[in-house]
Amino acid sequence: MNNVSRRKFITSGLAVAAGASGIGVAAKIAQHHGLIPPDAGVLYGPGETLTYAAQRILTRHSMAREFSRNQISPNPFANPVDPLGDEFKRLQAGNFADWRLIVDGMAARPRTLSLAEIRSFPTSTHITMIGCEEGWTYIGEWTGVPLSYILDRVGALPQARYVVYRSIQPDWWESIDMADALHPQTLVAHRMNGNDLPVPFGGPLRLRVPRQLGYKSVKYINHLTLTDNLKPFGKGRGGAASDAGYAWYAGI
Amino acid sequence: MDATLPIADRAADQLSSSAKPVSSAPALRRHSALVRATHWLTTIAFLALLLSGGEIVLSHPRFYWGETGNVNMHPWLNIHLPSSRGAVPTGYGYVLPDQNGWSRYLHFQAAWLAVGTGLLYGLFGVFSGHFRRNLFPAASDLSTKELGNSLTRHLRFERPGKEEAWSYNVLQRLSYLLVIFVLFPLMIWTGLAMSMGFTAAFPLSVRLLGGQQTARSLHFLVTILLVLFLLIHVLMVFVAGFRNRMRAMISGRAVPAAE
Repeated sequence: MNNVSRRKFITSGLAVAAGASGIGVAAKIAQHHGLIPPDAGVLYGPGETLTYAAQRILTRHSMAREFSRNQISPNPFANPVDPLGDEFKRLQAGNFADWRLIVDGMAARPRTLSLAEIRSFPTSTHITMIGCEEGWTYIGEWTGVPLSYILDRVGALPQARYVVYRSIQPDWWESIDMADALHPQTLVAHRMNGNDLPVPFGGPLRLRVPRQLGYKSVKYINHLTLTDNLKPFGKGRGGAASDAGYAWYAGI
Repeated sequence: MDATLPIADRAADQLSSSAKPVSSAPALRRHSALVRATHWLTTIAFLALLLSGGEIVLSHPRFYWGETGNVNMHPWLNIHLPSSRGAVPTGYGYVLPDQNGWSRYLHFQAAWLAVGTGLLYGLFGVFSGHFRRNLFPAASDLSTKELGNSLTRHLRFERPGKEEAWSYNVLQRLSYLLVIFVLFPLMIWTGLAMSMGFTAAFPLSVRLLGGQQTARSLHFLVTILLVLFLLIHVLMVFVAGFRNRMRAMISGRAVPAAE
């Protein structure tokens, strides 16, 4: 081994060690600031973590674009869903009077809310775009209770880091971090374009997360859970879509 | 051996002197190590982006102008391909398997690689003088006559002369400038303008383009331009001498005359 290659060997060894410990420290800091997504461990984890961290740093408080009334799509597209189950049909026959939204997990006062109660809560209305990961979009006017209002009512504990939300339909659930859960445009929506939310669009209750793609806006929600850990849910990647190989964070 | 060369280049020099020479002419240094590394990283990123992007298009092979577009609306372009979604009426009797999970993951991971590589290359290009020396054409080369001559030589598929062994000709410079400073930035811009999260923070990014679906359409159209560039680029590598040009982009060295 000559001098040059020994020097090169030592310096590259030091560089690798410094790089590895640098990444280690950066990962600790990122974890502390909630910049690591639950699917960071997959093959595409590095790209996913960069996207999530960059967007959280740049967009934590920014508002999804809102549109004027004349931009509302006259003919919005209702993405088809799996055939609705018997439980859904039973509730639908009763005009959803018996629809319940369970709110549990890391809350001081976990509750089960009826649809009538939810409809009596203060509402917020936003004309926003729903965009599918497939590439299509439409604009609609969504009215609902800000998720932050419901989390406040149940006394969400400060340790909570995610809200897991589930559809009455089997194997349909997602989760969002508190930046999106407490965001003023994130709604438990029950109206669309001035009418009760139609069933093909997720009625009676749909979670609207306008800063993320449509697959995070789960239809027919009946269960919210506050948690600080997504590991116990499904395969531990934070949603049915991410368990099936999609990215958990869908802000891009 | 040139003692001022970087170690990697000296090693390449030793290798090439022990191997059978490609030509009796002395090998000259054509590409710096950074240009070579970023060239191949960009190649990997671009192919990954093209593959995954093409796959994503299959889930909705239609394009629209403005903010909104879906199967209830009229597209300006309907690519008659089978789709990976049953909701798109394609006329084909089957639906392709859903591959968007890994496609989207790969697309954004490759986009980060492309952006990182681009930043590195951009900084190097400015501070090393690579842009000034190798990419910006000389004013004298920009006359109609010179451009015409260069175009004629290209259209006749003439092999480059000796003076082009270690530098780019004027058309090459102009097309590289277009790709590096116009098309690549447009791809990143139109890509980000489709992101719900990004446009929340930077709404002008999509408003200036004319809408989310316009951004998607432009992203697709610029892809076609980049694929055209890639095809011509590879064709020109063959015209100029595949072995010598590949050798130049891998080891950094080229022989002055064509093989």
